[in-house]
Amino acid sequence: MAHDMQQPATSPVTDHVHFQTVEGDIREPEHIPHHKENFVTKYIFSQDHKTIGKQFLITGMFWAFVGGMLSLIFRLQLGYPGQSFPILETLFGKWAAGGVISPEFYYKLVTMHGTLLVFFVLTAGLSGTFANLLIPLQCGARDMASPFLNMLSYWFFFAASVVMLISFFIPDGAADVGWTFYPPLSGVREASVGSRAGADFWLISMALFIISSLLGGLNYITTVLNLRTKGMSMNRLPLTVWALLITAILGLISFPVLLGAAILVLFDRNLGTSFFLDEIYISGQHLDQVGGNAILYQHLFWFLGHPEVYIIILPAFGLVSEVLANNARKPIFGYRAMVLSMMAIAILAFVVWAHHMFVTGLNPFVASVFVFLTLLVAVPSAVKVFNWLATLWQGNIRFTPAMLFAIGFVSLFISGGLTGIFLGNSSLDIPLHDTYFVVAHFHIVMGVSAFFGMLAGVYHWFPKMFGRYMNQTLGYVHFWVTLIGAYLVFWPMHYMGLIGLPRRVWSLDAYQNFSMYGDLNRFMTDAAMLVFFAQILFILNFVYSIFWGRKVTEKNPWKSNSLEWTTEIVPGHGNWKGPIPTVYRWPYDYSKNGEEFIPQTVPYKPGEEKLHH
Amino acid sequence: MSTTLIITLAVVLFVLVVFQLARMMEYVSLLRGEEKARTENDQLQGKLMLVFLIGGFAALGYSLWIVRDHLWIEPASVHGHWLDSMFFVTLFFTGVIFILTQVLLFYFAWKYRHRPGRKALYYPENTKLEMWWTVVPAIVLTTLVIIGIYRWFQITGPEPDDSMVVEITGQQFLWNYRYPGPDNKLGDFEFRYISGINKVGIDFNDPASRDDFMATEMHVVVNKPVLLRIRAKDVIHSVGIPYMRVKMDAMPGLVTRFWFIPTITTKEMREKTGNPDFNYEIVCDQLCGNGHYGMKGVLVVDTQEEFDAWAKSQPSFYETYVKGTDEEKHFAQVSEQLRKAREGEAQKGGKH
Repeated sequence: MAHDMQQPATSPVTDHVHFQTVEGDIREPEHIPHHKENFVTKYIFSQDHKTIGKQFLITGMFWAFVGGMLSLIFRLQLGYPGQSFPILETLFGKWAAGGVISPEFYYKLVTMHGTLLVFFVLTAGLSGTFANLLIPLQCGARDMASPFLNMLSYWFFFAASVVMLISFFIPDGAADVGWTFYPPLSGVREASVGSRAGADFWLISMALFIISSLLGGLNYITTVLNLRTKGMSMNRLPLTVWALLITAILGLISFPVLLGAAILVLFDRNLGTSFFLDEIYISGQHLDQVGGNAILYQHLFWFLGHPEVYIIILPAFGLVSEVLANNARKPIFGYRAMVLSMMAIAILAFVVWAHHMFVTGLNPFVASVFVFLTLLVAVPSAVKVFNWLATLWQGNIRFTPAMLFAIGFVSLFISGGLTGIFLGNSSLDIPLHDTYFVVAHFHIVMGVSAFFGMLAGVYHWFPKMFGRYMNQTLGYVHFWVTLIGAYLVFWPMHYMGLIGLPRRVWSLDAYQNFSMYGDLNRFMTDAAMLVFFAQILFILNFVYSIFWGRKVTEKNPWKSNSLEWTTEIVPGHGNWKGPIPTVYRWPYDYSKNGEEFIPQTVPYKPGEEKLHH
Repeated sequence: MSTTLIITLAVVLFVLVVFQLARMMEYVSLLRGEEKARTENDQLQGKLMLVFLIGGFAALGYSLWIVRDHLWIEPASVHGHWLDSMFFVTLFFTGVIFILTQVLLFYFAWKYRHRPGRKALYYPENTKLEMWWTVVPAIVLTTLVIIGIYRWFQITGPEPDDSMVVEITGQQFLWNYRYPGPDNKLGDFEFRYISGINKVGIDFNDPASRDDFMATEMHVVVNKPVLLRIRAKDVIHSVGIPYMRVKMDAMPGLVTRFWFIPTITTKEMREKTGNPDFNYEIVCDQLCGNGHYGMKGVLVVDTQEEFDAWAKSQPSFYETYVKGTDEEKHFAQVSEQLRKAREGEAQKGGKH
C-alpha cells in the first residue's frame, strides 16, 4: 500500500484551500483555456471529462434499451412458444414470418443481447461513465491526463456502436453465434446464417471497441497515478477511484488478448488461415484449413472473458461502497480490506479463466488447479459482503434511491455469488454447465448486480452531472419493481438448470425431459416485461430531470466528504473555479466526534484520532 | 393488431399517471418541508426493506413448493450420486450463508433507518472481526475444494478395464453413434473419408473397422462402465445426458472422452416415472447453429441380454453400405490421394 505522499497538515488551518504544488498538474487556474466553446466543441467533440462521461452514459443507456428490448423479444418465444405476435412480423419481416420468431432470429437476438449488455453497456456504459466523471473530480484534477485521447476513446466507442448497429440491417442480419463467438461456428461462413457478413461486422466492431477501452483505460490509470491533488495520497482515495483504477488495469492487460483473438478469427474467416480450425466437414465439403485448435480460441477469449466480468463488477463495488457509506452516515467498514480484496480479486481474475472450460476436454489436472483458484475468489468476495453489512450496522440510514439500489446490489451480489461456488467446482459443473443454472448465476451476479451499481451511481451523481435532482418517487418505484422483478425473472432459472435444461434453445419441443417448465417460462417472460417497463420509467425520469428536474441549490446535497462536492454545482471545464483544494484526510469521516460529516478538505484538529490515513 | 394497440395505450397511460403522481409528490414534499418529508420516506423505505425480507423468503418457500416435483431428477449413474451428495453439501453451506447475510442486510437496513435525533456510530474497522470473516469462508471453501477435486479425479480418471466403448460424433444437427462390433475394437477414422454415406469417416483400411456398426440410438448396458469417445464433424457440440450427469464437449479435430456407469435401465425408469414413453435424452449443450435446439439423441439403457440381442441385429456398416458400392470406389480414391500426399510430404521432409 502506498504511503502518504505528503505530510498531512497537523496545525489547524483555516483557509483549507491552497494552490496546488504537485508537479504534473499542468493546469493552474490562470492557464485554463478560455477559448470560446461552440456547440460542437462543447457537446460533441468535447474534451471535458464530464461531458465525455455523459456521452458514455447516454450511449450506454441507448444500448441498454436496445439490448433489453432484444431480450424481451426472445423471452416472448420462450414464454409463448409458437404463438403469433403479428406486430413482430410488421417490425422484423422475414425474421418473424407469421409473427413467430424464427430460430435464426432467436439466435441473433441472444447473441446481440449478450454482446451489447456485456461490452457496450456494462463495460463502456459503466466504466466509461463513472471513470470519466469521477476520477478527475474525486482525485482533484482539472481533467484527464490526456483529454484528447479521452475524446478519441468515446468516438472509437461510437464507431464500434455504428458498425454493430449497421450489422442489424444487412441482408443476412447480425451475428448469431453467441456472444462468446466460438469458432468454428464463428470461423466458417457456412456454419450459420449469422456467421456470414454479420460476424465480420461483429469482429470489426469489437476491435474498435477494444481500442476505445484501451485509450480510456490508459487515461484513467495515468490520471489516478499522476494528477491527484495535494494531500490526496493513495490511501485517501475514495473506493470509487480505487475500483475504477483496478478496473482500468484489468482491462489494459486483458483486452489486447481479445483483440488478438478477434483478428485471428477474422484471418481464419477471410484469409484462409487455420488458427482455430481443424478437420472440418461442413456443407458436404472438407475444409483445407487444418491444424488449428478450437480450444485455443477459448483460452484467448476467456483470458479476457473472465477478467471482463470483474471489469463489469468492480466499478459497481466502488460506487456501492461510496453510496452505502455516505447514506449510512458511517465510514466504510474496513477500508484497507476493501482495497486489498479488490486487488486480490483483480489478481485472481487472471488465473481462473479455464473454469469456463471444464467440459471442453481440458486436462483434468489443469482443471483441478483452476478449481482451487476459482473458489479462492469467494474469500475476498465474502470479505466485501461482510464489510458492507458492517457498514450498515449502527448506521443512520438515509434511503435515497441511490442507497436503495446499493442495498439491492448487495442482496443480488450475495444471491448470484453463492451459485458461483457450485459452478466453480469442476465436478458440480458437469451437470450444471451450459444450463439455465449458469444463466441465472451470471445474470444475477454480474448483469443485474452491475446494473444496480450503475443505477446507484446515476441517482447519486445525477445532481453533479446536470445540476438537478431526479424525481425521488419515481426512483423508489423504479427500485422496488426492478428488484422484485429481477428476482422473479432470474431466480426460477436455477430450478430449470438443476434438471439440466440447456441454455440457448429456441424451443424445448424436441425434449420430453424438460416439458414441465412451460408455465414457469411464461411467468418469467411476464416478469421480464414488468422490469422493462420500470426501466422506461427510469429513462423518462432521467430525460425529464435533465431539463425540468428540481434544481440543486447547495454545493453538497448529500453531505458528502469527497472532493467532487467542493466544486460549483455545475462545474465548468477545469472543474474548480479557483485553485484545486488540498486534501487532509480520507473521505469516510462520517459521524466522527459528533460531526455528521467532515469533508476531505478539512484539516485534522489538534489531537484528533487519525486512523491509518 | 387492435389488442396490441389497446395494451400499448394502457401502458402509456399508466406510465403517464405514475409520472404525474411522482411529480406531484415532489411538490407536496417541498411544501411540507424537505426534512420532514425525508424522514417520513426513510420510515417507509425502512419498513419496505423488512417487508421485502419476509416476503422474499415466503416467495422462495412458495416457489420451491410449486416446483417440488420438478426440481430434481434421480441420477441414473454411479457418479451422479456422488455429484448429488456434493451438491447438497454445497447447498447446505451456501444456504446458511445466504440466509444469514440476506437477513442481516435487510434487518440492518430496517433497524438502522434514519430517525430524528439518531446518530450513527463511528466504527471504521475491527481487524479481529475481519480476520474471522476471512478465515471461516476460507476453511469452508477449502473443504468444498477438497471434496470437489477428489470426485473430479475419480470421474475424469481412467475408465475401468471392462468398459465398453461407444463413439458419438456430433454434426449439425444430429448425433452419430458407432460401435466396435464383435471384435470390441473401434476402427480408425480420418476426416477426409467423411462423405454422405460414411458419415463419421471410418478408415476401412483398418481391419478393426470392418465389423463396426452405426446406430440411430445409443444403447448401453446397465451397471457396465461405458466410455464415450466424443467427436465433432463441423462445429463444437457438447454431449449432455442430464439423467446420467454427463457432459463433455465435442470438438472438431479432437477426440474427447467421458465414462460413466448407468445404474437404471430405461424400462425401470419408465416404471419409476410412471411414463411409459420415457427415454433418456441426449442434449446438445453447446450452441452449434440455428438448429441447435433440436439436436436431441436418445440413450437406451439395456440389460446385458437385451443389449446383446440388439447388437447382434445391427449389421456391419462396411458390409452393408460400402462393400462393392460406389462408396468403396470413392474411399479407395481418397485413400490413394492421401497416401500420395503423405509420400510427397515425407520426400519434402527428406530434402531438407
